[in-house]
Amino acid sequence: MWRKGRCCRGLKKMQRKVFRSAGHCLLAALSLLIQIPVLLLVTASFMPKDELLYRYAQPLGMGAAAVRAALIPTYLTLEGYGQVLLRSRGFFVMFWNTCLQTGLLVLGQMAVGIPGAWAFAQVPFRGRDKLARLYILLMLLPFQVTEVSAYLVLDRLGLLDTHLAVILPGIWSAFPVFIMSRFFQAIPRAMLEAARLDGAGELGVLLKVGIPVGKPGIVTAWMLGFFESWNNIERPLAYIKDPALWPLSLYLSKIRGQQGAAAFAACAIAMVVPVLFYLNGQEELEQGICLDGVKE
Amino acid sequence: MVGRSRVARGMVGRSRAARGRAGQNRPGWSGAAQVSAGQNRPILSRAARQNRLGLLLLAPSLTGVLLFYKIPFIDVARRSFCDAMGRRFAGLANFRQLADDQAFRLALTNTVRYELVCLPLLLALSLLLALLVWKLGGAHGFCGTAVLPLALPSASMVLVWQIFLCRQGVLDQLLGSVTAQPWERDWVHGPWAFGVLVAAYLWKNTGYDMLLWLSGLRAVPEQLYEAARIDGAGALDRFRYITVPCLKGTARLVLMLSLINSFQVFREAFLLAGSYPDESIYLLWHLFGHWSAAMDVQKMCTAAFLLAAAGAAVQWCCLWGGEKVRGRIEM
Repeated sequence: MWRKGRCCRGLKKMQRKVFRSAGHCLLAALSLLIQIPVLLLVTASFMPKDELLYRYAQPLGMGAAAVRAALIPTYLTLEGYGQVLLRSRGFFVMFWNTCLQTGLLVLGQMAVGIPGAWAFAQVPFRGRDKLARLYILLMLLPFQVTEVSAYLVLDRLGLLDTHLAVILPGIWSAFPVFIMSRFFQAIPRAMLEAARLDGAGELGVLLKVGIPVGKPGIVTAWMLGFFESWNNIERPLAYIKDPALWPLSLYLSKIRGQQGAAAFAACAIAMVVPVLFYLNGQEELEQGICLDGVKE
Repeated sequence: MVGRSRVARGMVGRSRAARGRAGQNRPGWSGAAQVSAGQNRPILSRAARQNRLGLLLLAPSLTGVLLFYKIPFIDVARRSFCDAMGRRFAGLANFRQLADDQAFRLALTNTVRYELVCLPLLLALSLLLALLVWKLGGAHGFCGTAVLPLALPSASMVLVWQIFLCRQGVLDQLLGSVTAQPWERDWVHGPWAFGVLVAAYLWKNTGYDMLLWLSGLRAVPEQLYEAARIDGAGALDRFRYITVPCLKGTARLVLMLSLINSFQVFREAFLLAGSYPDESIYLLWHLFGHWSAAMDVQKMCTAAFLLAAAGAAVQWCCLWGGEKVRGRIEM
């Protein structure tokens, strides 16, 4: 009996070990699945022109030859970056457009969203539930449904075909309010009570406890808003006709076949900014999504 | 005229709300005001103070929401019941016209089919992954990369997808080497486009959803599992009777966020296949794009009204389902 039990335990231990290592292998494979496309883009952006034409003529829209993918270029060159950054004026204009639109939009979202989220999370005012439902409905509706409404207002205000046409409706998106409010709700009551006992007013509690403790939530809302806006195609497509005001994303959608081999470099540059922000705030983003940054 | 009546309606709505607020009187809370009546400055009751503070904090956000979304939506709703000039009441004629529209029917069916395929697939996949990561005791390296696809702009990644998906691309070559047959399939322009779209959606969102599930899993009290183990419950029983009920709230959240993110797949569809894609991925967003190019405000308004009503119905059914929200709202 005793020997059998030990044998069983040994078997179970081994089973668990096999399960663990298989699990880790699976996760490693999945993270490769995420990273390989990125690597492919980055390495292609350093490839010399002839090699790009030889390997990726078809995806670039410059031929019908079979793809010959490679993760390592024959030699590294900054040719593509040079062409994009030094010899094409359009790129700079669009890059600046994207920075301006995204930056102002996200700043506005924070300025408007933080107090709003705090009100939803911590102030039990009348009509809160009804308003919260309105916000959630607004968040659930795809852009195309609200497009007409915002279009009518922008038209009346004479803001169509300006940067503000993209920025203003985006500022009042309900999504950041929702994300931050979820986080503010998780702040322990005791912490807030302690601040109140120390004589902080309601605004003081928000500034001295809410914002520092809710930082992962704020950073998450900020980053998701940033990615979303940097990536946005449908809004500028609907509200901006003038190509001089286009953001990078619209420019990139038309780049295939025009810029030739430099397209990869342009795409890589467009990717760098959000990825840098992501790497910088990765920890907070993870905490913010997982809602586990709030600890006493 | 239209504008003035719209503004007037908004004002009436607001003043009515204000009156309601002023008229509100909760005897339980007004004690504070009476006690402090002797001081120079009248102090509002706690509830009134909370009302004022809440509306004050929310004001910047609410103003914009009303201005850009709520008030113009009233106009949208009005237009969907009026004739093309927006003057005479036309009843349900617009909706009937929309129901007869071939393109609308195709786009609606495709969109519904897309959601019905994508959402369960994404939820199941991300839950499985979350369970795996949870069992492994948090694989932090993986959690870090899992959100990376969210940060990558679709417009940049589209070139890479072309490398994989074009005729004789990487995917064709991989399949060719597995099956030992030459594959020459253009995945984007053809009936397989639907699969490509689903795959792009999963690639982008699985990591994010996994983290959301993980937060739910971590919130399950460990004692429950201990107690169940002592009572002799197996792993499946524990999952069925502890994990699943505890994850209900999380499931609602994940479903909602996945639904929101599913609309963004329009970008991939547009970037990969242009504004006239294969019939299998002709979604409502393409149709809206065509209407807006043709300045067909009438149809846009009608469809927007329909979709908003559908959204409200979904919200009512799935997210609350008659369940009363009390005290802490689930925002």
